[in-house]
Amino acid sequence: MQLAKVIGDIVVTRKDDNLTGIKLMVLQPIAADGSIAGRTLVAVDAVGAGVGETVFFVRGKEASFPFHPTEVPTDAGIVGIVDHYDVIDEFTN
Amino acid sequence: MQIAKVIGTVVATQKHRTFEGAKLLLVQPVAPDETPRGTPLLAVDSVGAGVHEKVLIVLEGRAAGEALGRKAAPVDAAIIGIVDRVDVQE
Repeated sequence: MQLAKVIGDIVVTRKDDNLTGIKLMVLQPIAADGSIAGRTLVAVDAVGAGVGETVFFVRGKEASFPFHPTEVPTDAGIVGIVDHYDVIDEFTN
Repeated sequence: MQIAKVIGTVVATQKHRTFEGAKLLLVQPVAPDETPRGTPLLAVDSVGAGVHEKVLIVLEGRAAGEALGRKAAPVDAAIIGIVDRVDVQE
């Protein structure tokens, strides 16, 4: 899993039937110090995250598991909202 | 599997139910000589690792789910061991 900031949402009307009713959010992955870490991506939301929140997301087929038995066609999904995190000094980049 | 160093803890109240009771740690993947490799990521801990410890992680969904001991868990990284020592010969 990786930390990310929810930077937006996305509305998609015409889509795969199995995506119906599922919220899609735009994520910016972040490093432990909050700096940008990699490209933005779109993820399905399994926990009710909102724009501006820090979340963690899972990559791969496992992102569809919260919606089981619906086979949601996704490769990334938000699975938790971060209250806070603590990092030791070394390796914070 | 990869070697990583535990660099922090994460608290999340609202999360998918398969994470309930699971410990989430921030880990920094490292090379055998401990130089950081890539960005830190979140892994579920199944062995009782702590901050500063060097650990062995799996970065694959099925293996991570098995380590957590829960079926269909939406996880992609898990700590599966605490490294005592690494010997690398060039």
